[in-house]
Amino acid sequence: MVVFGLLGFTAPWLLLGLLGLPLLWVVLRAVPPAPLRRRFPGVVLLLGLTDRDSESDRTPWWLLLLRMLAIGALIIGFAGPILNPQPRTGGSGPLLVLLDGTWADAPDWEARMSRVDAALDEADLDGRVVAVALTTDLPAGGPQFLAPSDWRLRLAGLAPAAFEPSREEVDDWVAALSGAFDTFWLSDGVAREARAPLLAALGARGTVRVFETGRRLSALRPARVSEGRLEVPVVRLRAGEAQSVTVLAKGPDPAGIERDLAAGEVTFEVGSAEALLQLELPAELRNRITRFEVQGARSAAAVTLADDSLKRREVGLVTAREGREGLELLSQYHYLRAAFEGTADLVEGPLEDVVAAHPDVLVLADIAQLSGAERDEITDWVSAGGTLLRFAGAQLAASDVSRDSEDSLMPVRLRAGGRSVGGAMSWGEPKQLAPFASASPFFGLPVPVDVSINAQVLAQPDPDLPQRTIAALSDGTPLVTRKALGEGQVVLFHVTASAEWSSLPLSGLFVQMLERLTVTSASGTPDAAVFEGRMFTPDQVLDAQGRLRDAGAMAAVAGEDLLAGASRAVPPGLYAGLERRVAMNVFDAERSLGAADWPASVPVEGLQARVERSLMPPLLLLALALMACDALASLALTGRLRGLRALVAILGIMILVPSAPLHAQDSAAADAFALEATQDVVFAHVITGDARVDEVALAGMRGLGVTLYQRTSVEPAEAMSVDLETDELSFFPMLYWPISTAQPLPSPAAYAKLNRYLRGGGMIVFDTRDGGIAGLAGTSPEALKLREIAAPLDIPALETIPQDHVLTRAFYLLQRFPGRFDSLDVWVEAAPAGATQVEGMPFRNLNDNVTPVVIGGNDWAGAWAMTAAGLPLLPVGRGYAGEQQRELAARFGVNLVMYVLTGNYKSDQVHVPALLQRIGQ
Amino acid sequence: MTTPAALRSRAEALAAPLPPLMAEAEQLARTMLLGAHGRRQSGMGDEFWQYRTAQAGDEAKTIDWRRSGRSDAHYVREKEWQGAQSVMMWVDRSASMRFASDKTLPQKARRAANLSLALAILLMKGGERVALASLGTPPRIGSLQLTRIAEGLLDPDEADYARPEIKGLLPHSRAVFISDFMGDLAAIEHEMAKAADRGVKGALMQVLDPLEEAFPFTGRTVFESLGGSLRHETLRAGDLRQRYLERLAERRDHLSRLARAGGWQFTTHHTDTPAQSALLWLFEALQGGR
Repeated sequence: MVVFGLLGFTAPWLLLGLLGLPLLWVVLRAVPPAPLRRRFPGVVLLLGLTDRDSESDRTPWWLLLLRMLAIGALIIGFAGPILNPQPRTGGSGPLLVLLDGTWADAPDWEARMSRVDAALDEADLDGRVVAVALTTDLPAGGPQFLAPSDWRLRLAGLAPAAFEPSREEVDDWVAALSGAFDTFWLSDGVAREARAPLLAALGARGTVRVFETGRRLSALRPARVSEGRLEVPVVRLRAGEAQSVTVLAKGPDPAGIERDLAAGEVTFEVGSAEALLQLELPAELRNRITRFEVQGARSAAAVTLADDSLKRREVGLVTAREGREGLELLSQYHYLRAAFEGTADLVEGPLEDVVAAHPDVLVLADIAQLSGAERDEITDWVSAGGTLLRFAGAQLAASDVSRDSEDSLMPVRLRAGGRSVGGAMSWGEPKQLAPFASASPFFGLPVPVDVSINAQVLAQPDPDLPQRTIAALSDGTPLVTRKALGEGQVVLFHVTASAEWSSLPLSGLFVQMLERLTVTSASGTPDAAVFEGRMFTPDQVLDAQGRLRDAGAMAAVAGEDLLAGASRAVPPGLYAGLERRVAMNVFDAERSLGAADWPASVPVEGLQARVERSLMPPLLLLALALMACDALASLALTGRLRGLRALVAILGIMILVPSAPLHAQDSAAADAFALEATQDVVFAHVITGDARVDEVALAGMRGLGVTLYQRTSVEPAEAMSVDLETDELSFFPMLYWPISTAQPLPSPAAYAKLNRYLRGGGMIVFDTRDGGIAGLAGTSPEALKLREIAAPLDIPALETIPQDHVLTRAFYLLQRFPGRFDSLDVWVEAAPAGATQVEGMPFRNLNDNVTPVVIGGNDWAGAWAMTAAGLPLLPVGRGYAGEQQRELAARFGVNLVMYVLTGNYKSDQVHVPALLQRIGQ
Repeated sequence: MTTPAALRSRAEALAAPLPPLMAEAEQLARTMLLGAHGRRQSGMGDEFWQYRTAQAGDEAKTIDWRRSGRSDAHYVREKEWQGAQSVMMWVDRSASMRFASDKTLPQKARRAANLSLALAILLMKGGERVALASLGTPPRIGSLQLTRIAEGLLDPDEADYARPEIKGLLPHSRAVFISDFMGDLAAIEHEMAKAADRGVKGALMQVLDPLEEAFPFTGRTVFESLGGSLRHETLRAGDLRQRYLERLAERRDHLSRLARAGGWQFTTHHTDTPAQSALLWLFEALQGGR
């Protein structure tokens, strides 16, 4: 390739052809446009007339210029011009093609792969060995240098990862490198710690070239809840001009189908790399959100998974039984409301309403007795994973609930009466809280010294009691007990939720305890204590494109590792712990998205906006257009192009070649069909698609026409075949429709046409050609097909041809209607019910209506069929009897046509004697 | 070698256009209602002309006794003279006449043949004798002569432009020249002078295609005569239009003057106009010349 500035040519020698242009100029100039030859008798008057100026016998300069330009464009076009050619730098020795292979590569992974492919091609040409490596999947034992063709096969197996390379892995790998090689690094453009040491190590081995695309990249930080609003911070790679992205909140709808629950557009200010999306959603909707993602960005970083931290717990407070009026501050609910305020959504009301709302936590404050139905309802709800939180009180202490045997909705058995300590009438001091045991969910909460318990209900010392106690007083008396019930739990505070029995509800500890119990953590990310010493199993993991996949049998990870951030061992995804699910996102709340910074010594390609672009197609197009102009101009010069009409015609041909002629042809064909069908009486048959059947049917129509021509004054024109889908039917007095099992059902449009035809007075003769062996209700394939075909047709009630039907006397007197078969099973429209036979008349008075259908199976067309020479096409019967039958078939055909053409005329004729008689009188 | 069968097939091919031509001509002639045309003077004929008083010298058998019986004088019944006239037709059948600018228009030759044959039919119905100059036969009447004329009209002339050549022109007869008159005018002049010498009167009909009147050509064009003997090349046909039309008008003017000088009549007929009017004109011209 030869490069001139911004322009390169792949075949520069062709440009020498431009030198020939001046020669061409001279040649073309001498050849004027060819004259038009015209025969014209008046030439004798022209003889001797000379042209007033003889200038234009040379090609006009502008036409020459046009042609020169066209040929110049052709030559330059074929010389393979390329705008902004990318220099191909050769090289020798091994080449390492290194990809970052992170989530940031995922959106344009295919493009990167094709770039790698191109690099492999180049290396193949240069005869280099190549190794391809991903920093997220560094090959153990250093790069594996192979022939490029070997690597090409493996490219399809490479995939980006949802995490980023860790500094340690890179350090280990770098330390194991040996030998000299050049590096072609397809960078994802994101700044990270591991990049600098890797670059230094690779630079030491040979030259490093970097390929980067300057594309936009945005990422989501974990969503958080602030003042009841969802906030999703969005970061982008380069703080440049203003840009807006749409963030979708996804989650299952009530039917469990994943949908976009909400969408918000967030705009980056000019020069700002961060933006914040704020969404205000109802709690139900918010609780359903499983993840946020940037619309259209296929990258794991553009997805942030929502875990339990987003959910606002719904807490149900059963308040209906609070019948008495009391002071606000003495009400248990006041303290509960205050404790749940801001961290949970409260549902208050009678028990059945609250349970129906399916809260996460149900609070029964000093409610002892539950009816059987309520108990069942609550038990079901707890078993399904609910948390029942009960508080003691005067009522519970006075009741017999869980006294002798353990109540299923109580964690422990209770002693009667409870106890009171440190009061005026009792000995001892008010009791303090003991520090929480490590097995307790409250473990780690500081125990304030000023919390004192004055009264409580007491648990019976049962064997299970120690396990069920999650908080105790300093003397070991259980204060909070818990038991599992199904998937849920029942928790009893042995004190009231008000400050009546203890000062616990007044302390901050109360709030924290409730939080722990209800695992409400609307305060944001859970603190580190939640993770310590616990194992989390991956539930679903993200791939680099940001799709959630089932984790399968991945090993559980330690909670501490989850805190450290996504890595190979801990891929981003959802992790399930004991009580909660934790989302591991690519981006944590602090991380920002920075652009990779390369030292000036490293050439970075692909960053500049100039993209290599072949100019060959536009130049060749230009040449083509110029040639078209030249053709028009030449025509204009020679006078062949007259006026705008010709120009429009040519343009029309150029533009409308596919459609216009077809259309014209179509309507012309329809016109020809209409002309042919209307020039005379024409009988037609329906094209069934079975070539043999169609052939016989057409021959039958022809034979019928010949018979009519010979015997009657009906002189039909040549029979026609009708395509139900395309042809107009209304021209034909009668359609003969042989039923073939091969025929596809007509389209709805064709059915509409057929019904219009039948209602408009047309007649269709259906012929199943099965000899009527099975009758109309039969099961021969043709009869079934007929039923299928005729189902959508507008056909009246039918009957077999009665003895006095007009068809029996329309021309010949007939009592049988044979074709090639002789069955009496021929059906026509049923006579009206009121038809009566007049005294002394051989026929009923039936002069209404012409039947729209004649249905039979006698293969009439087969009997009528004649060859072009007028000989019978098919045999009918045997010997003389057969010929007799053919004659009868022909007579039936004549009768049929007479009936079609004259209607009930013959029916009227029978009344003539009566009429004459009446007139005579 | 000519076998009877080959001869017959050739003859049939040749005769094939005859019936249509005859039919067209008959139809054209039928459009003009007319009977035998009288000469508006007494003479031999079938039609009553006038009664006049008998004069000395009238034969007794010429006296119309029925008329005379109604008055005292004797009357003679005179009949209108119905003399047969002979008409010589010269129809240009050269190559230049076989031109039609459009498929919907008839060729000039065809139109000329139609007109002349229809005229012949009309004249024969009127009792006149007709001859076609190119056949060289004397004027006759009858269907055989008509067939002969039709054959002669269909016989093409190979020349590019025709020269009229008329032999056996009877004195004081009538003549019709139908042509586009694109050929040499001197020959026409000569023939007309010859005819005028014999006291022959008649009509000149110039048959032209509308294209020849319009000359709508532009651009570089080579014009060729239909026979191919003449050609003219121009670079700008549009520039020639004015001069062509001038020349055409000049030629027409010349013909018109020529006709006037000999007591003839001249008109121009275009193939895109109905033939009936042209036939009427021809017929009138032949009658008016008397």
